[in-house]
Amino acid sequence: MATTTAPLVLPKKRLSLSQLAGRGILLILLLGTLWRLVAGFAENPTLFGQQVVDGLRLGFVYALIALGYTMVYGIVRLINFAHGDVFMVGAFISLFSIKRWHINQLPANLMPGLAKTTADILGTLLVLLISGIFCMILAVVIERVAYKPIREAPRINALITAIGVSFFLEYFGALKFVFGTDYNVYERPFEVVFWDISGVRVSNITVVIVLVATLMLIGLQFIVQRTKIGKAMRAVSADKPAARLMGINVDSTISVTFAIGGFLAGIGGVLYAIAFPSVWVFMGIMPGLKAFVAAVLGGIGSIPGAFVGALIMGQAETLSAAYISTPMRDAIAFAILIIVLLIKPTGIFGEPEREKA
Amino acid sequence: MKRLKLPALSRTRDWLLVAVATYVIVQVLIYLEMIDAFWLPIVQLGAVMAIISLGLNLIYGFNGQFSLGQYGFYALGAYTAADITYRLNDANQLHHVLNLGPLSFDWGQTVSFVAALVVAVLFSALVAFLFGLPVLKLGSDYLGIATLGFTMVVYVLANNSDTILGFQEMKGARGMVGIPQLTTWFWTFLFLVVTMVLVRNLVYSSPGRAIVSVREDETAAKAMGIDISRYKLLAFVIGSALAGLAGGLYAHLYAFLHPSIFHFVKSFDPLIIVVFGGLGSMTGTVIAAFAWALLLQGLAVAVLPSNLLEWRYVLYAVSLIAVMLLRPQGLMGGRELGFLKNLRVVAQRKEPPVGAPAEPAPEVTHASN
Repeated sequence: MATTTAPLVLPKKRLSLSQLAGRGILLILLLGTLWRLVAGFAENPTLFGQQVVDGLRLGFVYALIALGYTMVYGIVRLINFAHGDVFMVGAFISLFSIKRWHINQLPANLMPGLAKTTADILGTLLVLLISGIFCMILAVVIERVAYKPIREAPRINALITAIGVSFFLEYFGALKFVFGTDYNVYERPFEVVFWDISGVRVSNITVVIVLVATLMLIGLQFIVQRTKIGKAMRAVSADKPAARLMGINVDSTISVTFAIGGFLAGIGGVLYAIAFPSVWVFMGIMPGLKAFVAAVLGGIGSIPGAFVGALIMGQAETLSAAYISTPMRDAIAFAILIIVLLIKPTGIFGEPEREKA
Repeated sequence: MKRLKLPALSRTRDWLLVAVATYVIVQVLIYLEMIDAFWLPIVQLGAVMAIISLGLNLIYGFNGQFSLGQYGFYALGAYTAADITYRLNDANQLHHVLNLGPLSFDWGQTVSFVAALVVAVLFSALVAFLFGLPVLKLGSDYLGIATLGFTMVVYVLANNSDTILGFQEMKGARGMVGIPQLTTWFWTFLFLVVTMVLVRNLVYSSPGRAIVSVREDETAAKAMGIDISRYKLLAFVIGSALAGLAGGLYAHLYAFLHPSIFHFVKSFDPLIIVVFGGLGSMTGTVIAAFAWALLLQGLAVAVLPSNLLEWRYVLYAVSLIAVMLLRPQGLMGGRELGFLKNLRVVAQRKEPPVGAPAEPAPEVTHASN
């Protein structure tokens, strides 16, 4: 409907002065930030490199969570606020499987002849898998119980339900016999090794996180682009009724999407706990929100977008903490989001919003 | 005034009487200590939540703009008003008693409190204007995230108000203490009634119909010659200013402010209240706000045994999900009671004008596209 008539153009023209002022302020902010970063790099390149590596580690964890947000949003247009809490559950499951059940030592105990490195790798993989599968089941249960019955209701209801599920996971988890409200010290399933690459300290934690997250991303991209279920997902995302007419089982496709998102969140929870070894019941709120912001930044619904957005968020957080202001780093992350949305209203990789039918 | 459904009560004067009667009854209950020191702040909190939620209902329920920024403006208003009265109190300028014997009256306190609230409202409105000008062009969910970002930025600023902003008395993350406790039932009730009258009269006026038309269909509204961005901005500024007012009242209610009060997780509370009450229903919003305060803050603490207290938010979460599954249109589902009805429609009993959510709503008009 191209109804661009004269009264539509007029108010835009009137705003041009304020728009100009806004652009000017943005430009000054951008130049100031760039100047600060360049100065920081010139001052101490090693420290700068260290910040970038740390930001990379954070960004890859955010990417795993952001992928779950973006997939669910792409397919049911729902901001799944409970996703961050699924992530928290994943971290707790891995805490239990290491501390109580000693699952990471299982390969070494079963096969005593195994080299220590191989046993550690297998043990870590087992821990990751257990958390991932548990969160996958949890996400599917949440979808079936809470979201499926109101899929046709107004979207705000689904949003409030998601908030309700999020509250439920947090406060049920906070009960004494579930997780409690204490901070739990996390034991990593492998020994930490540091390497010194021309002054920048890189630990095997970073390597594990980057490797696992990249594998997950490649696997996800393969599933979405090359398999039948991925095709079904893309079809449901594009047009639900039409997909149903084509014989696609919409319900099971949505469930599979939630399952993949839950699996990624579980893995992300383990990796986050490995990177920042402290686990508690409200730990999912901030990483969840930031991963969601990353997904929006990259253009929600787009898988590469979520990945790029998460990397930007990771860098923004560590670099602004190092060079601009540590207490303001959360505010800076959100300021970046608002600025990007103002310039490109649907995120970096986002498609323009579709015309209302 | 919500419970009475007498058909004769259709004139403004009658409703004013009902409001005064409600005020007097509650005030007498306070004097008799039927509403004691435990319940009084909770009743007042209900009124404060009703004000902030009415503001959100204007933005989201009537204008269809998904805002999660309400708690940001709430914090702005709270800290602004608290700072003013704190400074006055610190300089011994707060109290100026007019000595009339038994009718002595502290006009200094009254004037400074009202002035602080006015400044809080104006400041919130100004920030809402400057923030809304660029941001309101965003689509529904993106607007929600941008406004959530605003709440987050305000929260971080409040956390660092003593170090980065340089307001020593706000004490940042340690929490602001020593705010004079000026909010009384009189003020909360007065401002609640003023807010209700304001929102009701706005919604049923010509600009109000324009605001509702933006929610219903932006393209059609544009075709009717309605300046969409102007009415979005109008609703956003008024709704956010109401949040600032509520913040000012809240600051002087408990005489204590802490950034965690304004954390973004809490910023879902007004949204939950508005959706519970029914989007686009002022009656529902007010009822839901009082129910939220009385049930969640009051009854749960007073009634639940202490070993079950931690179950309160689990129950809250479960009831949240249950209500959304069982009654998706909310408590009132867009209907209004009593004074909040569109009197012109009631009087004429004709077809409701476009957008007036007065008659039994066929379905809940959901705001996002």
